[in-house]
Amino acid sequence: MSEYKLSHLKELEAESIHIIREVVAEFENPVMLYSIGKDSSVMVRLAEKAFAPGKVPFPLMHIDSKWKFKEMIEFRDRYARENNWDLIVESNMKAFNEGVGPFTHGSKVHTDLMKTQALLQALDKYKFDAAFGGARRDEEKSRAKERIYSFRDKFHQWDPKNQRPELWNLYNARIHKGESIRVFPLSNWTELDIWQYIRMENIPIVPLYFAKERPIVEIDGNLIMPDDERLPEQYRNKIQMRKVRFRTLGCWPLTGAVESEADTIEKIVEEMMTTTKSERTTRVIDFDQDASMEQKKREGYF
Amino acid sequence: MEKLNIKEFLDQDERKDLLRLLTAGSVDDGKSTLIGRLLFDSKKLYEDQLDALERDTRRYGNAGDNIDYALLLDGLKAEREQGITIDVAYRYFSTNKRKFIIADTPGHEQYTRNMITGGSTANLAIILVDARTGVITQTRRHTYLVSLLGIKHVVLAVNKMDLVEYSQDVFDKIAGEYRAFAGPLNIPDITCIPLSALKGDNVVEGSENMAWYSGKPLLEHIETVHIGSDKNFEDFRYPVQYVLRPNLDFRGFCSTVASGIVRKGDEVVALPSMKRSRVKSIVTYDGEQEMAFPPQAVTLTLEDEIDISRGEMLVHPDNLPTVARNFEAMLVWMDEKQMDPDEQFFIKQTTNLARVKIDRIRYKVNVNTMEQSPSKALELNEIARVVLSTGKPLFFDAYKKNKSTGAFILIDPITNNTCAVGMIIDKVEMKDIQEMEIPEIHLAKLGIGQEHYEAIEKVVRELDKQGVAVKLIKE
Repeated sequence: MSEYKLSHLKELEAESIHIIREVVAEFENPVMLYSIGKDSSVMVRLAEKAFAPGKVPFPLMHIDSKWKFKEMIEFRDRYARENNWDLIVESNMKAFNEGVGPFTHGSKVHTDLMKTQALLQALDKYKFDAAFGGARRDEEKSRAKERIYSFRDKFHQWDPKNQRPELWNLYNARIHKGESIRVFPLSNWTELDIWQYIRMENIPIVPLYFAKERPIVEIDGNLIMPDDERLPEQYRNKIQMRKVRFRTLGCWPLTGAVESEADTIEKIVEEMMTTTKSERTTRVIDFDQDASMEQKKREGYF
Repeated sequence: MEKLNIKEFLDQDERKDLLRLLTAGSVDDGKSTLIGRLLFDSKKLYEDQLDALERDTRRYGNAGDNIDYALLLDGLKAEREQGITIDVAYRYFSTNKRKFIIADTPGHEQYTRNMITGGSTANLAIILVDARTGVITQTRRHTYLVSLLGIKHVVLAVNKMDLVEYSQDVFDKIAGEYRAFAGPLNIPDITCIPLSALKGDNVVEGSENMAWYSGKPLLEHIETVHIGSDKNFEDFRYPVQYVLRPNLDFRGFCSTVASGIVRKGDEVVALPSMKRSRVKSIVTYDGEQEMAFPPQAVTLTLEDEIDISRGEMLVHPDNLPTVARNFEAMLVWMDEKQMDPDEQFFIKQTTNLARVKIDRIRYKVNVNTMEQSPSKALELNEIARVVLSTGKPLFFDAYKKNKSTGAFILIDPITNNTCAVGMIIDKVEMKDIQEMEIPEIHLAKLGIGQEHYEAIEKVVRELDKQGVAVKLIKE
């Protein structure tokens, strides 16, 4: 029977394609949330696979906090153009115009207004009834128990105590008007699976993942790469060139780099297996004491 | 151990397969310690495969009796203290032979619902017992649920052998009692392993303390247990998920092969229309394939232009599923809200959605004793054999023979909650059912002009999507 056997990556791929198709078949107005990170890049490729040779029947949406790395934005625009995606970019312009940012308002206020609220406003604006996200269950403990179809009430809130049972591959897509579902097709993928798949499929990713000499300033123990002129005065004379890479991508003042020599996927995997830190520890937002991931998710964050 | 450089490691690693497993047992049985050890000790073995890791042993320097493996898990206990109920948490680990997904289902109160939720996709279940107490009521309940879900491989992990002086007599007695009890449940593969999660005997490494045990340690067993033939490769079932029409020349039917094998050129028949055609191509993003098997997600194109929509099924003409509106099933009630036997629910089975009514409860099963008793309505965690009638015909097989086409969920039409899940046994004879009439519209009799037929047909198709069947008579 070995001729009918799939590798774990092919089985995960098939599971994800099944989920993506199921959503398109049962929802009226789905969207794929695109963070420009490596997981998003895999999810986008899986969507392309699900509808080949046709065009993917839903848009990508990026919530731009206005503090993303420039290389991310360039990568986003080029990828969408070259691969014929409909791309929506939304920001919380009201908060942005009022000057909200991580240095002035702290990571908690910034994340809430520029990420969570921006996302909720955008979902309401387009009336999306299903939104794909690239979260994995091995990333963080509140995600380990989240369903693949994660139900949200009309205030976009998640109730971990009241999740629908989810069995076999039979997903419950029934919602009332105004309610929505967040869908996580990569739920069962691990960080290693993602890297292996990127390697196997030659999926393009933002170059920030690979080690390179970059300008770095140390802020509260995090290695921050100042990406524009908004770096506060007091740090400006402390910039040094260091060989670093990013394990996750987000807002530049909130995403710590790690010192690394890993400039290929193979070396990244090798490095990953020799370090014990989990990948989200380079995200500054997770350390905010009263803003755990579970709390943020309840409020509508991915 | 063979050492590999990173390229060799990744090349080899890409090809390993996936095993989904369920763990059942309470914290008192040492479940967290066992999972902790599987996760952390196997990680060390796995990573040591890599050439570069030879130098790096300090991280695990004090792995041994002193580590509290249970503490290494993201404490489910801690979350319970915060008042958060978790029904199932997923954990992931790999060895160089397999990737594993553990569905870990804690909690006593809602055990049936939790286990059913965690176990629906499991290839294998590990059932823990404490060597000091042996097979208890909980063990029987877990085993019954595992058999209900059709999990083909069970490991009875007889834990805490260190507390019974690694006695072979104690183990043999428990294993014998368990096999005698589980025999009638028809689980094809039962393996009993004596172990100590705390001390590490027979978990990842073998045990010097139990030289009398000639079987494999737990990790080696789950790494090598043969699951390839568990899937149904005989009966081709292709429930159409989505119709792809990117341009006028291409009309593809997207889905996941539910069971069986399909090859290019195969004759297929579409249900329920019974229209026949041949498979013209099996299309994927990575090119065309000569054949497809479960659980591959592909797109089929056909030689002839026949009208097929979501919920319909492609099969081989000499191997049809049952097509019926009435069937018997084992039903597990999953909702806090008690079943209302007069209500009409939605049923989702493969890619089909229909209205459904519970005609009768044949009997309720006590999960602890397996005794049967009459019942009028089910409550949370109750299991019963029921008779169901759907608003349109479904295409199904017995769950025992084909999980993909024998499984279904019921959805409450008011709360939209998944209120029950079920496993089909067989269709029922007509005398046993209260027929739900399918309304007929006789277009000619009603004097409706042919110019309106198209619009009416569109409405009927829309109703069908909502799970309501209406029969149109045109002549």
